[in-house]
Amino acid sequence: MSWNRKHLLDIESLSVDEIVTVLDTARAFKAVGERAIKKVPALRGKTVVNLFIEPSTRTRISFELAAQRLTADIVNFSADASSFKKGETLKDTARNLEALNADFIVIRHSASGAPHFLSRVVNASIINAGDGAHEHPTQALLDAFTIREHKGKIAGLNVTILGDILYSRVARSNIWALTKLGAKVTLCGPSTLVPKTFEQMGCRVTYDVDEALRDADIIHLLRIQHERQRKTMFPGIGEYTSLFGLNPARLAKTRPDALIMHPGPINRGVEIDSEIADCGRSLILEQVTNGLAARMAVLFLLNGGKGPQEVA
Amino acid sequence: MSDPAVILNAAAIQRALTRIAHEIAERNEVGAEVVLVGIPLVGDQLAFRLGKILSDIWKLPVPVGVLDVSLHRDDLDQRAAPTIHPTVMPFDVTGRTVVLVDDVFFTGRTTRAAMDALNDFGRPKNIQLAVLVDRGHRQLPVRADFVGKNVPTALAEKVRVRLDTPGRPDEVVLEK
Repeated sequence: MSWNRKHLLDIESLSVDEIVTVLDTARAFKAVGERAIKKVPALRGKTVVNLFIEPSTRTRISFELAAQRLTADIVNFSADASSFKKGETLKDTARNLEALNADFIVIRHSASGAPHFLSRVVNASIINAGDGAHEHPTQALLDAFTIREHKGKIAGLNVTILGDILYSRVARSNIWALTKLGAKVTLCGPSTLVPKTFEQMGCRVTYDVDEALRDADIIHLLRIQHERQRKTMFPGIGEYTSLFGLNPARLAKTRPDALIMHPGPINRGVEIDSEIADCGRSLILEQVTNGLAARMAVLFLLNGGKGPQEVA
Repeated sequence: MSDPAVILNAAAIQRALTRIAHEIAERNEVGAEVVLVGIPLVGDQLAFRLGKILSDIWKLPVPVGVLDVSLHRDDLDQRAAPTIHPTVMPFDVTGRTVVLVDDVFFTGRTTRAAMDALNDFGRPKNIQLAVLVDRGHRQLPVRADFVGKNVPTALAEKVRVRLDTPGRPDEVVLEK
């Protein structure tokens, strides 16, 4: 295994080896999280800035705790309280953060490509925590980690991603990660939100929800991203729920060992029935636990310097 | 690069471990207080071998743990991030005598990291250090309590310990 990257901008450019390196490292950090003392000094003296130009709670808290568990210092910077409202550009904000000796900038932004832009204008390591509808790499890494932990492998599994694919950075990152790792990915949802062009990413598109779920080992549900839809993409929430929501009747037709995932926040009674969200086949809360381990792994790997990893 | 010189062959490794085990038993009268903690990738294998010999000497099971120290290293941002190996500490170290087991004793930085890592699991009564090879060049004020073999080396040389590799004999080699 090896890792020589300075930034984590997307999954698309990662090799299979690099993805597996993150997953293996995350496994070690999950074990650290189960100890009485959950903190290690690996990033002692480093500064991590959470630059969140789009609201987020769980991802921000997850990165915050990940940095703290690695003994880094962390500062939160959110759009509401910041100078963006006063007209400062993203580049200037980032360079100001760098002037405070930030070693890592974790950025969430509504514009696709914002992390890539930052990586060219500042010296800090950039971690993409979600850029527009483009990618959310740490989510895909924690999802792949969760799947591997439960199924023992990823290659050959049938993974169905159901919901708003078009506006979902989680879907894009997951498609890249899972297809690279050898899973067979099926996409399903309203045709306006699941265009056939996604087949170019190496997955299958279907609009028949029962067929999409029948052979799935993993059912990955996505929230409808109202905030990104400029106009209504389907007649109504009620219709979405009745046509694509995961309810007990639909679940009964799936394989008994199919597991349910959701990146959160869940909308109970919309894309997922309330009792299914809490059932034994749901991995939703475990994804949150694993997210912490995956983000610790990413910070740890990006902290590494150049050259071979061997130590004397 | 010339051919690597064999410093210890399989029989010599086993003899060194047997002697170290007897020295550990001599130093620690109460065997029940002693636990062995090996540092991967090779120290853990050595710890399990030592544990077996010590169990025979003391006629009681000697617990063996595996402690990855890479998260406590002081050079993490100097080179590519290290592979983290599983840590398995199936006992409480508080009040016990912990014998750290490593293959090659060199700069002392791994040992320092190991003592820090151990602290996260409790407060040992004593920490002792057993190594198969001491090659010198310490950069920190630490020393080994039990040494299999002292080998004078040049800084640029490498000492490799190979154990339990299918099709290859156990041996310690010095690479120029």
